[in-house]
Amino acid sequence: MYGVLHIINFAHGSILMLALYAGFFLFTLGGVDPYLAILILAPAFFAGGYLLQRYVIAPISFGKDTNVLLVTLGLAIIFDNLALYLWTSNTRTIDVKYAQVFVDVGVTAVALPKLVALGAAVLIGVLFWLLMTRTDAGKAIRAVSKERQGARIVGISVEHIFALSFGLGSAVVAIAACLLLPTFYVTPQVGNAFVLIAFTTVVLGGMGSFIGALLGGLFLGVVEAYSGLLLGESLGQIGIFLIFIVVLLFRPTGLFGQRA
Amino acid sequence: MAMDPSKQKFRARRRDVLRAAAAVTGLAGFPGLVLGQSNPKTVKIGMIQPMTGMFAYNGQQAMAGAKLAADEINARGGIKSLGGAKIELVIGDAQSKPEAAVAEVDKLSEQGIACFLGGYASGIALTATQASARNKVPFMVDGPVSDQVTSRGLYGVFRFSPGFKRITDVALDNLDAINKTAASPAKTVMLVHEDGAFGSGLAKFLAAELPKRGFQVLDMIAHPTPTRDFTNIGLRLRSAKPDLIVPSSYLNEYTLLARSIHQHKVPMKGIYSVIGGGASNMKFIREYNAAAQYIMDTNHWVDPKKAKTREFVAALEKASIDLTYEVMLNYSGVLLIADAAERAKSAERDPITQALAASTFEGHVMPYGPTKFVDGQNQGAQPITTQVQKMAVEVIQPSQFASAKPVFPIPAA
Amino acid sequence: MKKIFLIICIFFLVLPLFITSRFWLGFWTTTLFFALLGQSWNILGGYGGQVSFGHAVFFGTGAYVSAVLQVRFGLDAWTSAAIAVAAGALVGAFIGALSFRYGLRGSYFALVTLAFAEVFRVLVNAWDFTGSGFGMLVPMKPGAASLQFADRTWFYYAILLLVVLAYAITWRVERSRFGAYLLAIRENEDAARALGINAFRIKLAAITLSGAMAAVAGVFYIQYYLFVDSHVGYGPAMSVNALLAPLIGGAGTVLGPLIGAIALGSLAELTSALLGKQPGVNLLAYGVLLLVILRFLPNGLMGLLKRAPRGSS
Repeated sequence: MYGVLHIINFAHGSILMLALYAGFFLFTLGGVDPYLAILILAPAFFAGGYLLQRYVIAPISFGKDTNVLLVTLGLAIIFDNLALYLWTSNTRTIDVKYAQVFVDVGVTAVALPKLVALGAAVLIGVLFWLLMTRTDAGKAIRAVSKERQGARIVGISVEHIFALSFGLGSAVVAIAACLLLPTFYVTPQVGNAFVLIAFTTVVLGGMGSFIGALLGGLFLGVVEAYSGLLLGESLGQIGIFLIFIVVLLFRPTGLFGQRA
Repeated sequence: MAMDPSKQKFRARRRDVLRAAAAVTGLAGFPGLVLGQSNPKTVKIGMIQPMTGMFAYNGQQAMAGAKLAADEINARGGIKSLGGAKIELVIGDAQSKPEAAVAEVDKLSEQGIACFLGGYASGIALTATQASARNKVPFMVDGPVSDQVTSRGLYGVFRFSPGFKRITDVALDNLDAINKTAASPAKTVMLVHEDGAFGSGLAKFLAAELPKRGFQVLDMIAHPTPTRDFTNIGLRLRSAKPDLIVPSSYLNEYTLLARSIHQHKVPMKGIYSVIGGGASNMKFIREYNAAAQYIMDTNHWVDPKKAKTREFVAALEKASIDLTYEVMLNYSGVLLIADAAERAKSAERDPITQALAASTFEGHVMPYGPTKFVDGQNQGAQPITTQVQKMAVEVIQPSQFASAKPVFPIPAA
Repeated sequence: MKKIFLIICIFFLVLPLFITSRFWLGFWTTTLFFALLGQSWNILGGYGGQVSFGHAVFFGTGAYVSAVLQVRFGLDAWTSAAIAVAAGALVGAFIGALSFRYGLRGSYFALVTLAFAEVFRVLVNAWDFTGSGFGMLVPMKPGAASLQFADRTWFYYAILLLVVLAYAITWRVERSRFGAYLLAIRENEDAARALGINAFRIKLAAITLSGAMAAVAGVFYIQYYLFVDSHVGYGPAMSVNALLAPLIGGAGTVLGPLIGAIALGSLAELTSALLGKQPGVNLLAYGVLLLVILRFLPNGLMGLLKRAPRGSS
């Protein structure tokens, strides 16, 4: 989303929250396992994200970057409070048997859902790389992110590509939610913890680079764990932000990004 | 600009009509003035709670408790000494921000609020009570533990529940008692706390006092609210192998922490939390029973021996409301304020403040005995210690409220 | 322009005479506060085109330094205030020097300010000296000597004075060569450099001024509420507040932040009054109305008055 659209999406955490609720309700009301829910929610959120960008965000922001930011902020307020009104603040959790399973990986034991999430993230990274390099749509997206006017001249509908990118981004968020659901919880405020780290991951990994975002995420996870270890969980939070600042200052295109 | 004569006449006539109307309404109101003050229809309690934002769940729970009490009072006839005046709860959304709380206090003070109830977080309570004191409206603080809340000498600030010092003293006394009864198997302690006002404060007190009672504090781990992952902390605990783990966190983090401890099979003799957010939460106990088993918690809790408590808990179950401390404290708070209004025979602020200061109310559900406020702090307020045993939350200490014996140390898995 | 300014000044000067409600006095006081905070953002973001997402880093510094000096060192309120403002300017210069030296622009700059705000937030929350999780509570000592006023009306006039000063400064900046350079940098930094403008120095001056102004707002906050903690001082909420008013009111205009602050404050009160019963619904309406304003007034409310759209996307 950021690499192509250069949107700082304040509503990112809220979309995650909505996806978590969707997964929760699918499980409790429909008995759908979160991993299977991916098949339902990814396309649903893709469509939702596409429509949101094309018919709400773009028209309201007139393409001005700062306005896009305000629009996503407004959307975040709307989604968060809508969720509060509809579903109250009660914490929801689901209980799936495999959430308690631990896999021995030699030095330590890791919770199964987390391993699955790791595998899924790698898989998605590979899929996206294929999408970007092998398909027409992917090439169009890369064209638009590099040279908006030029892309328009060769007949690419920029609005459509923007919406496509937003849709893809939302779909990934939905998948992330399904992966997260077994080990986490759902409340209307749950997105807040993830927003900043999402921004940081993208910038770190590099704009426009999916592999970069993936590796960036891994790197940040390690940084977070180490600073948590060295400085304590509380102070350790600055580990991520300090790395963020350092990368921004010295390698603003991220570790793997293309020149901005 | 010359006016059309017909228009002029119309205006004159309109003016007369208005004047007449004013006179009539004035006369209509006159008897009221002549006969003296009639009883107010309602006694308004301003609920300053975080209904949105980070603490929305806690605000929601607080309102549920308050509403239960208000409905109960109104159902049995309202405030009798005021001719059956009903209790009316007016919500002032603090939005989990101090500025919003202050604005709401000012706004509601001008809408005839007799007394405020709430605060929830120390930051909100501190600023909101400053505003209420300026407006000369009493404020019953419902849970914030910072000792500064009642020590600033402000008008009308009361706290029904215990503050930091009292909570830690009781927590340590109870821990001592439990440990000694089991022949003192616990020597080393690790503290895990959320890094906000309540977590940091408790942890500091505990860290200072535990050594005086013969415990050795291995480490203090702070974590932010929210925290997404407790793997790090779980692993640290496992490698440090403390006898006791003492957490102080909010509900969601507490749940994740407990699960992490359980998943990493941290060897320990017990978890003894102080104001643990989830230790007495039925949902947590139901959904993660294995992880919740035998967790002890010194927290705000109801008096299990009172008949009123049984009715209260039953009412909550019927309404599907979680039994959390915001519910208990706000339920009791509303009853307490209503009692003050009843005794003061007034819905005015000064009389209610005085009535609260002199209050010896016992109709609440907390294990505090009759209320006695000194400098705004209820002297009898205290937390009690509970333990999750099988699917229930039992009170294990002090013995006068106990419903079960403590299981300590935890039986080896 | 001068006439409008004068009219507005007079309006605000006499306003308290017509207000008997403490709540409404508080409303206008906080509105003026946001107008000040917004103007500090406006100088850097509106005129300079350097959008900041972490303006709380300057605001929080003002509040915290003032609080710490009074509580930990027993310094009097006035001296603490002066030092706090200087601290805000210093933090501005520091962040500016680093960011601009390494050529951070646009979204990168915005995100780095956010990162700095978060770093400060975590630090003051971890450090006992700054109150750690408790925050700082300044003891109540009503009296002009301790910059606390028992009669809240004095706070109103204090913030009004600060706003008038800040807006006067902004107006002068707009008309000065410095301001012209700033606008040139906003429109096209590379072209400005080519014309010989020392973009680094100009931007540095702008962020320093912006930091100082935001710190003034921070000092006012701590004196008014006597309380600050890491979330209030350095959290995203205040950063968002800082940019909302100028963007809604009209970035790059002198009166934009004031108009924005009034509009947002009134909107919040309106939705709260009409829909306050059910938690969250009024905020929901607020969000929707925000989007509506953005849809029809993309250049902010000042755009309505100016007619001609400002700048290009």
